[in-house]
Order: sequence, then structure tokens, then C-alpha cells
Amino acid sequence: MATHTLSVLVENSPGVLARVASLFSRRGYNIDSLAVGPTENSEISRMTIVLNLDGHALDQVIAQLFKLINVIGISEMTDTDSIKREALLVKIKAKPSEREKVAAVVAKYNGVIVDESDASLTIEATGPSTDIEALLKSLEQFGIKELVQSGLIALERGGVTLADRTLSTSGVAISDPNSATADYQN
Amino acid sequence: MSNQVTGAQSLVKSLEHAGVDVMFGIPGGAILPAYDPIYDSKIRHILVRHEQGAGHAATGYAQVTGRVGVCIATSGPGATNLVTPIADAAMDSVPMVAITGQVPSAAIGTDAFQEADIRGITMPITKHNFLITNPDHIAGAIAEAFHIAGTGRPGPVLVDIAKDALQKMTDFKWPTKINLAGYNPKTKPASQAIRDAAALIAQSKKPVLYVGGGVIKANASKQLLQLAELTGAPVVTTLMARGAFPDSHSLHLGMPGMHGTVAAVTALQKSDLLITLGARFDDRVTGKLSTFAVNAKIIHADIDPAEIGKNRFADVAIIGDVGEAMTALIPALEAEFKKSKPDLTQWWNQMGSLRSKYPVGYDHPADGSVSPQYVIERIGAISGPDAVYVAGVGQHQMWASQFVKYEKPRTWLNSGGAGTMGYAVPAAMGAKVGLPDATVWAIDGDGCFQMTNQELVTCALNNIPIKVAIINNESLGMVRQWQTLFYNSRYSNTSLESKRIPDFVKLADAMGCVGLRCDTTGDVDKVIKEAMAINDQPVVVDFSVFRDAMVWPMVAAGTSNDDIMVARETAPDWDSQEL
Repeated sequence: MATHTLSVLVENSPGVLARVASLFSRRGYNIDSLAVGPTENSEISRMTIVLNLDGHALDQVIAQLFKLINVIGISEMTDTDSIKREALLVKIKAKPSEREKVAAVVAKYNGVIVDESDASLTIEATGPSTDIEALLKSLEQFGIKELVQSGLIALERGGVTLADRTLSTSGVAISDPNSATADYQN
Repeated sequence: MSNQVTGAQSLVKSLEHAGVDVMFGIPGGAILPAYDPIYDSKIRHILVRHEQGAGHAATGYAQVTGRVGVCIATSGPGATNLVTPIADAAMDSVPMVAITGQVPSAAIGTDAFQEADIRGITMPITKHNFLITNPDHIAGAIAEAFHIAGTGRPGPVLVDIAKDALQKMTDFKWPTKINLAGYNPKTKPASQAIRDAAALIAQSKKPVLYVGGGVIKANASKQLLQLAELTGAPVVTTLMARGAFPDSHSLHLGMPGMHGTVAAVTALQKSDLLITLGARFDDRVTGKLSTFAVNAKIIHADIDPAEIGKNRFADVAIIGDVGEAMTALIPALEAEFKKSKPDLTQWWNQMGSLRSKYPVGYDHPADGSVSPQYVIERIGAISGPDAVYVAGVGQHQMWASQFVKYEKPRTWLNSGGAGTMGYAVPAAMGAKVGLPDATVWAIDGDGCFQMTNQELVTCALNNIPIKVAIINNESLGMVRQWQTLFYNSRYSNTSLESKRIPDFVKLADAMGCVGLRCDTTGDVDKVIKEAMAINDQPVVVDFSVFRDAMVWPMVAAGTSNDDIMVARETAPDWDSQEL
């Protein structure tokens, strides 16, 4: 078992999220996180899906996802070839006496204190998952009241875009469905 | 002057442009606007008695013609009654377009009268589906629906249309081009895969052509025959592929799977290379997967990339149309065979002896009652290979697969994947509409028949003279068989008492059909011939048969194919075989 990150370009049409969720549910695939949002093209949304499974199962997930008519392109985002980030908002119960210490921890992870009250501090941070986890661990000592995390989002390094590869090559065949790293294109 | 029409007119014009000649349906509130232009259309609309019947009829029509079947229903319960046939079509890859009315767009989401989220409900059981609330989108959606349903791996597509979209005015424009960014099925296989497959076949000493329903969908029986004769390999045809390869052919070992022949099951188990053609390693074929064909390499040709490696790893994956794959494979293989061709004599000695030693067979019941297998065998023999045979689900389905001899594709219809009891009568109706000149037999059980026989009224009123053989063992026979074998003969709720009630002959008569009865072995041929002679009315024959006949051979669910039984507590005599 390993963690895999898939970037999925989908048509921005009603029900797409339900189709993807329904597929994962009925085939028994567990999602670690899912982030959906608009892209540079108003007709296309991008999903970033993080899954924990073995390579063979990943091939199946990709092939099954690709059967959805609204799915236009899929690519696996590897650690070396892509930038991965997630966002965190966390509310802690820092006492006034601790606030300087908190500020130092937050600064270390390039976070920002975005709200203060007598009973709490709210911190915003963005970064790779490992940094976010480390920040959270460091904040535990002050008492975490509430937190919310975005799903992971990812973008490939370099000039190539997923849309370039999947949209401009209409009619191109699937290269190798047995390869987990193959890009699924139409 | 533009083409201003109502959304409903746009829908009907679209169906006409899509080449629809017949559809099966029932009107209701939300779909009512569409039924007004249907009244004027050249498309034949067959008014069924239950929406499930419309769905299975569309499937039957599609299965015999290869065209997209169409069914139509209203919102809410009309639409949900289509769920079973849609799921059935999805499991068996049947091209179907289902059209449903939806409550007006302003009412969607308010739990309005006869509202059901049929798009949401059918998401997991359709190839794709649409909810249309804008009349301008109707023509495009219908064009896309037919394209998606009928190309690639075929499947059902549902188009749900809000009532106000049917009522409002729009410009009718039939699209000249389909532009689906996310749908472009690949039909031409990669040449490297073909070369790899040919190389594997040329080395194999124990090859088997494992043929699935995809070969029929691809209209590729001719290529299959060529490939089989070129390789000389044994052929097995799955439940969905019966008829893809002639039963009379010397290379045919019959059907594999839970109730397959000993030769077909064993050939797969002992093979060193499965040449898998449009088949999907279904659990009913593989038995316990970890023990299935453990020494075989796998060539897997399928148009659906998601089938590759789903259940069994493929050493060579050929993605594309299975007919094109075989067309490419044949010359590649001829080239390989020029270098060396494996000698399959020993393999055939083994498989041939299994085939002759363990043909599918049955005993006539000791109590003198009629053997159900005999009835089915005689229907096949008398009606011949040009007739279409449509089964329900259960023992009679397995016997119809085993004892009717299929020589041609699209002559055997059944609910293979979903196992939908009640499939036979409406599917036979659809098949007869698609092939009006063919003899169409529904070979049904007394349980199945009581689920959907209302469509005989539709048949009687619309001049659709199908023939129905009720194999009446007054039981849910397959379930009873499992109770006999695995539940200590405790027959919980499997006795239907249908030799007593209903009177099927009277029921047939009441529905405008000819009802016939057959209680003795000696009358079987006579009654079948009598039914064959009636061509202006549907015929129902109540064959009263032995209650405790069982389907053999059998690989019990969840067990290994190696543990196939030829009769109760009787394994094949493996010791005398050298495998």
C-alpha cells in the first residue's frame, strides 16, 4: 500500500462530483482526501484525489474513473515531478502568556495568525502535508480547539500542463493501461 | 422561418434522426408532452403493461438486432420501474437508451408528486445519464446518448427530461458532430499487443479460446471461426457468448463456468494460455479466483480498458474492438506459425476424451414425470438454429444454455450478469419485434413467468406472436436445488405450487394467447409442433416437469473449478485422465 495522488480533469457539469463519489463508493475505493475547484478553463474542473492502495489497484481506479464520460484526463502526481500543498486553519487555546511562543512556531512554518480573541488564536498555514502535520504537532501543546484542512492539491513542475496533454490530443489512444504512471488521454 | 418546435417535438425528431424504428413505453404525467408528437411519428410505439417490460423489451430488441433499444417512461415510479432492466443492460453491456419524463424544473428537489432523482438513482447502473432542463439541449443529449450507448463497450444511457423542457419552444437542430471530450473509445488495437499475443500463442501447448459476449457485440463470429481454425485450439463460449461459435464445430468444448461442461471447465483450468476474447473473468466462470487456471498466461482482448486486470492479471492486453483484434491477430499468427506451430495433439487427446466422456446429460425421472431437460432439448431440436431462444433465470436458463444447440450469434438471449428473473417474456417480445420473421421462444420458469407475464397482453394486442415454454416444476428450482445441496433439503419458501395455481392455460387464454398443456413425455414433440404451427397469436405452453431435476455439472459457489461435480457427490473420474 502506498499513497497516490491523482489529478483528474472533469467537465464542469452538474453531478460530476456525485459520479466520482459514487464510483469510489461502489467499487470500494477509499479516498484519503478530495479537493475540487475551478481551473483556468471555465468548462473544466480539476479534482485532486489522494488514495492509499497498491499499484495494481491504482490501475483499476484510473481505468474505472476514465470510463466516466465527464472525466477528460487523469494523471498521477508524483512527489518528484509535482508540487503538492494543503491548507490548514486551526484554532488553539493559547493563553496570553504563551502567545509569543505560538508566534515563533507559526513563523517557523510560514503560517499566519489570522484571528485573535481572549480565548483563542486562529492560524492559517499552507504547505506540503508533512509541514502541515509538523505544525499541528507543534501546536498541540497549546491545546487545539478546532481545525479544518483542505484536501491536497497538486500541480506538475515545469511548463507542461495536464490540460495540454489531455485536451489538445483528442483522439490519441491510451498508451498503456497497465502502467500506473500512464496518462489517460482522449 | 426557423425550425421552432416544442421540446417534445425536438425529442421525437431526434429519435427519428437517431434511426429509431420502435420504442417500448408507458405515458404518464411528466412525459405526457412527448406522447403528443409520438402520436404522429413514424416510430412505432409499443404500449407495454409495466415499465420493466419496456426496459427488457428494449434489451431483447437490441440483443437480436445489434441496434440501440429504446424505452420510455414517466417520472417517479415510471422511471424507477426501469431501474431493473437498466441495471440488467449495464451488466450485460446492452446498448439501450431510456427516456424518462421529470417533474418541471422548478419543482425538482421539492419532493414533488411523482418526483424521483432518476439520474442520481441510475448513476451507478448506466454508462452515462443526463438530466435535461433546457429544451435547446434535448437534441444534443439524444445524439450523445445514442452515440455513447452504441459505441465502445455498449451500455444503457438514460435521458431524463423535465416536463417544462418538453413544453417550451426551441430551435430543432440535429448535431452533425458529437464532441465528447471525455469519450473516445479506442477500437484499433496496438500492433505491439497483437505481436506479443501471436508470439504467446505460437508457444502455447495448451491454448484455449475463452470467448465472451463481447464477440457477439462486436459481430465478430466470422473472425472467431477463422482464428479458431487457424490455431486449432479448443473453444469455450461463456453464457453470454453462446452462439458466437457453432456448437456443432469440432473445436467447441461448450460452456465453461458454474454449470459448464467438464471439458470446458477443465480446459480453462489446465490451460497454459487463455486467449480471452470479450470476456471478463466473471466469478461464475472462474470459480474461486485464486485457483482459476493457475498455470495459464492470459491474453485479454477487450474494448473496455477497465476489464484488463480487474479480476485476473493480463500478460498481454489487447485494448480495442475484439473483431479488429482478431482480424489483426490472424495474419500475425500465420507469420508466427510459418516459423513454428505447436503440436496440440496431446492437449486435444485430453480434452477430446473429457468431452466424449462427460457430455452434458440427464436422466429421465424414475417416477415417469417429464424431464425438463428433455423438453428444452426438444424445443431446440424442433425449432432449429434459426430460432431465437430467450431464457429467464434459474435452472431452465442453464438447461436452455446446455441443451439447445446454438449455431449462430444473437439467437440466445438471457440475463447473464444481473440474473434478472422475469427477463424472458418481455425480452422475447422485444426480440420478436426486432426479428418479426424469426421463431422466438421464451424458455421460462414458472417463477420467472409470474414476474412479468403481463406483457403477453402487449404481445397479443400488438401482433407479436412469441412462444413461451413454461418449464413448470412448481418451484423456484435453482434455489430449491441449493436448498437440497447446501441446506439439508429444507425448502424454505421455494414451493410455488404453480401446478395448482395459477392455471397457466386459462391465464394465457385470458391474455389473448393460445394456452397449451403438456404433462407426459410422449406428448412433448406433439405439443411443441402444435405451438410451432401457431403464428398469428402468442402461444404459452405449460410443461409440467419433474420437480427435483438438478442442473449438472456444478461448481459450487465459492469453490474451485477443480472441484467440479458431474452429479451429486460425484466428481469426474480424474484418475483415468492424464492431465
